[in-house]
Amino acid sequence: MLLIPCPYCGERDETEFSYGGEAHIERPKDPEKLSDAEWADYVFMRPNSKGILLERWVHSHGCRRWFNLARDTVTYKIHAVYRMGEKPPRVPKTDYV
Amino acid sequence: MTARYSIFSLVRNALSYHENWPEAWRSPEPKASYDVVIVGGGGHGLATAYYLAKEHKITNVAVLERGWLGGGNTGRNTTIVRSNYLWDESAALYEHALKLWETMSQDLNYNVMFSQRGVMNLAHNQHDLRELSRRVNANRLNGVDSELLDARQVKEFCPIIDLRANGRYPVLGATLQRRGGTARHDAVAWGYARAADALGVDIIQECPVTGFRISNGRVQAVETAKGTIEAKKVALCVAGHTSVLAELAGFRLPVHSVPLQALVSEPVKPILDCVVMSNAIHAYVSQSDKGELVIGAGTDKFIGYGQRGSLPVTEETLAAVCELFPMFRRMRMMRQWGGIVDTCPDASPIISKTPVEGLYINGGWGTGGFKSTPGSGWVYAHTIAEDRPHPLNEAFDMNRFVTGYLIDEHGAAAVAH
Repeated sequence: MLLIPCPYCGERDETEFSYGGEAHIERPKDPEKLSDAEWADYVFMRPNSKGILLERWVHSHGCRRWFNLARDTVTYKIHAVYRMGEKPPRVPKTDYV
Repeated sequence: MTARYSIFSLVRNALSYHENWPEAWRSPEPKASYDVVIVGGGGHGLATAYYLAKEHKITNVAVLERGWLGGGNTGRNTTIVRSNYLWDESAALYEHALKLWETMSQDLNYNVMFSQRGVMNLAHNQHDLRELSRRVNANRLNGVDSELLDARQVKEFCPIIDLRANGRYPVLGATLQRRGGTARHDAVAWGYARAADALGVDIIQECPVTGFRISNGRVQAVETAKGTIEAKKVALCVAGHTSVLAELAGFRLPVHSVPLQALVSEPVKPILDCVVMSNAIHAYVSQSDKGELVIGAGTDKFIGYGQRGSLPVTEETLAAVCELFPMFRRMRMMRQWGGIVDTCPDASPIISKTPVEGLYINGGWGTGGFKSTPGSGWVYAHTIAEDRPHPLNEAFDMNRFVTGYLIDEHGAAAVAH
């Protein structure tokens, strides 16, 4: 069970939120020029990080606003929360095998 | 050669109070080099080693396991076996696996307690019913046994289910695969390990892989906690950690790793003699031979490598189970755990060559890896030995995410990804 610190509402239970997957994936600037492999990379390929992951959440059953988390996917510790459009904060790197 | 298990060996060993059974497999130190190194000592990896040795006569093989055999998802699933998948490619692959299940105990000389007790998938609304009847028809066209039951037949097949019309999850019907059922999951790992070991495969436990040595686009060796091991071919078979190893080898995958949860109750007298699954409410139940109810729940909605699973998921599933089976309401749960499953965007696996020569990948099974264990090992062994996929796993190439030829099995996968 996660206790997620919504930047607008404060700490709330995980069940109030929906998951948006990896953050900072930029839509290709020139989609006409992309090869199939580049499209596949944009649409499907993900780092699926074991360790710190920058990810998007939305407070569906609260303020309904999107924000980002820097969360450790092994310990589930939430290291930082930041708003959409903000730069990801520096978070100590983890090293799991 | 390992001594054969039989009624006679059982009697003979009973005379010495079962204190002289030989070990089921050796625990050798790794050699400096192998023809094939399989990373991952779960059911799929061990089955691959066994079929490499048996079908392709490649016996200079090592299986490297980070922890202990079958300590990952092989020992964490809910032991359900079935093959009623929608598309032709999946039906062929899972049905091939089911046929291997039917002869596995004899083949391995190890009782995997495969019990074809029948698997029901419930329909709770008209849409479910249409989807399921479509799947039944597709299954029958592919030679997979499948029946559509109405509510009365569901009650006949599983009398303890609550079908009163005022239930929260009304049951309108179900599919039934009579050849589906359950198997003892630990025995599958142990049986394959013992049979592979007897054919000369080295099984090396407590040996995590920390990197690969790759030169000129070809894999040369694996770096492990027990030193560098040279290998002509390296086969990944590590479920939830597939993308972690792929990153070490330098390529990207379309998988998400999430904990999938299961739990068992206190043991009770025989009450449920089939498997009941419901895709819509993320609950699947069977009763083990020890008498525990084995309950499978859903996945966490966020990426995670913690083998626990989130409490809201447990609550949702147990609430649904109590609705379907009101008599279970007062049962206590004994254990709860999670296994890390690597889910693909199309809910189908990847059994494929990779951009690195001599490196193969078998993963992305998501929530449905256990049932496919023998089939997965069988086609993977072929892919490794021949350096090209078998017709059964050609469609499960990782290139399908580029070509767009996805095999969407979200409906048949039983757990939402």
